[in-house]
Amino acid sequence: MTSSPSPVLPNAVRFEQVWTRFGDKLIHQDISFCLQQGQILALVGASGCGKTTLLREIIGLQIPSQGDIFVMNKALPKQPGHLDLQTSRLSGVLFQKGALFSALSVFENIAFPLRELGITDNALIQHLVIMKLQRVGLTASDAGLMPAALSGGMVKRVALARALILEPRLLLLDEPTSGLDPIASEEFVSLLSELHGELTFSVVMVTHDLDILRDLCTEVAVLADHQLIVKAALPTVLACPHPFIGQFFHNRRAKRVFCN
Amino acid sequence: MTDNVTDFQALAQLQTMQQPDGQFSAILSGSWHVCALALTPQLQGQLKQCADNALTYWDLRSVTALDSAAALIIWQAWGGQWPAKLLIKPEHRLLLQRWQAHILPSPPPKTNLWTGLGQGIADSIGNVSCHLRSLLILQGQLLLDAGYLLTHPKAIPWGEISIIIYDAGVRALGITALVGFLIGIVLSYLSALQLKMFGAEVYIINILGMSIIRELGPLLAAILVAGRSGSAMTAQIGIMRVTEELDALSAMGIAHSMRLVLPKIVALSLVMPLLNVWTNVAALLGGMVSALVTLDIGMGQFFMKLPEVVPLANVFIGLGKSAVFGLAIALLACHFGFRIKPNTESLGIETTNSVVASITAVIMIDAVFAILLMKVGVP
Repeated sequence: MTSSPSPVLPNAVRFEQVWTRFGDKLIHQDISFCLQQGQILALVGASGCGKTTLLREIIGLQIPSQGDIFVMNKALPKQPGHLDLQTSRLSGVLFQKGALFSALSVFENIAFPLRELGITDNALIQHLVIMKLQRVGLTASDAGLMPAALSGGMVKRVALARALILEPRLLLLDEPTSGLDPIASEEFVSLLSELHGELTFSVVMVTHDLDILRDLCTEVAVLADHQLIVKAALPTVLACPHPFIGQFFHNRRAKRVFCN
Repeated sequence: MTDNVTDFQALAQLQTMQQPDGQFSAILSGSWHVCALALTPQLQGQLKQCADNALTYWDLRSVTALDSAAALIIWQAWGGQWPAKLLIKPEHRLLLQRWQAHILPSPPPKTNLWTGLGQGIADSIGNVSCHLRSLLILQGQLLLDAGYLLTHPKAIPWGEISIIIYDAGVRALGITALVGFLIGIVLSYLSALQLKMFGAEVYIINILGMSIIRELGPLLAAILVAGRSGSAMTAQIGIMRVTEELDALSAMGIAHSMRLVLPKIVALSLVMPLLNVWTNVAALLGGMVSALVTLDIGMGQFFMKLPEVVPLANVFIGLGKSAVFGLAIALLACHFGFRIKPNTESLGIETTNSVVASITAVIMIDAVFAILLMKVGVP
């Protein structure tokens, strides 16, 4: 999972001088960074600093006011609208609350991207969906359940299975462990780590979970004062003298996590 | 997934080639992933054909990318067995091995048509009895709440009632006036055409007065309110279920019926008669304008004649009916609102059901009134 980046690998995500404004309100100021393929990047920052906006910009749901974003070296369109098939196939998204289609069963939720691609072979869809369900730790008997009948942990797993069904090369996670108990959270982290080792995708996640930062992420990007103040491996970030990093990473709780 | 970006465009390809030893081999190249399979559906058939031709030599070394879906199709084409001679990258072999270890589930049995039909009928009967039961429970709870409020007047939710009066009443003034006015014009114009033939133009006042005040005014207002406010009430309660606001109210010990249902019923029962009067006025105005233009019956004559030809009882029948319509619309809207499950489909279905049931109930109640009050208010 934490394989060292190879210099020949292209960038999974690249931001070039991205500025975002909502009306007069400045959200991002001149953000530039690269994420190499196979890396797991955590976006960290205070609530309301624009982490989720950054993630939405990578998905293509939000267009930056200025600057360019490249996903797998492909520039994202500057006009709002649907991404083309190939670009949207590049990334899978796990939304904070799962965003499962409540009118569809677990099976149909996971099969949805396959059907949208135009695959009509039901036997093939069934095999792929059941395999993915099993990969995320659920059983074939869960396939008939409706999203309303699922626990928080199961919703995240089903949403992860849906995000991974097309085996994207970039996985985007918005607060993947929020709302999960410590056991479910731990299980989810090891599941992600396992899948990452198996499918070798890159990950960009928004998280406040210090355990994930320590156990899973290969890089941490810290957003504060509208800017990207640092993007590096965790030890480098911890050594950064910025006041926000002092508050976030050197409080009592964080020290307990990182010292252990 | 071992592809890189430049390979993404290279679609999957399958070629057969004769080897130096005379045997035919299948050579797979390009990017074999689910997108490629969707774009070139014939690949699956070609693979199957190669396997059926008993090709034993497979070369997958030129495959730049392979994902689970493509691996499954290849594995299925091989009939779940490794070919005699296979050249493949180790990471791709791993993907195929995963399918080898995977037990493919059998498809679920299909439901018999007659069993399904019988089940559907049984479900419908169960559904209707469930509706009636929960409506009865809701009404019983409302009676208890009303009794409580009579002894504890301070607990009456005046704020909620006033908001609903504004939303369902004041904000509906425009649309009810417009629809009433137009219906008045149409009714007056069509009646005038018939009356002219008999030289009975002056009876336009009787026709308009009786039909609008006794029937059309209350019905029009009720149908508009059912479509406009009834659906909004159902959707509001449904969204409260989705966002767990209903649970929050229960956790605070606040009864849903007291805080959500009762204010809506009281407010609509109060506002409907007022909207009825307003719609009547608009419809009669429309009728008057049309009568003036088509039959040359002046407004003064209309105003003088109207109280004579329409007994006062009709006004009260209209007002009474409107109050009952309001009560029924609010009750049904809340009933269907509480049936909404936390999913988007249910929200749509129950909101539609609510409007259909409200309008049907309004027309049925109107028919009951018509039969019961057959001899009241008739000149």
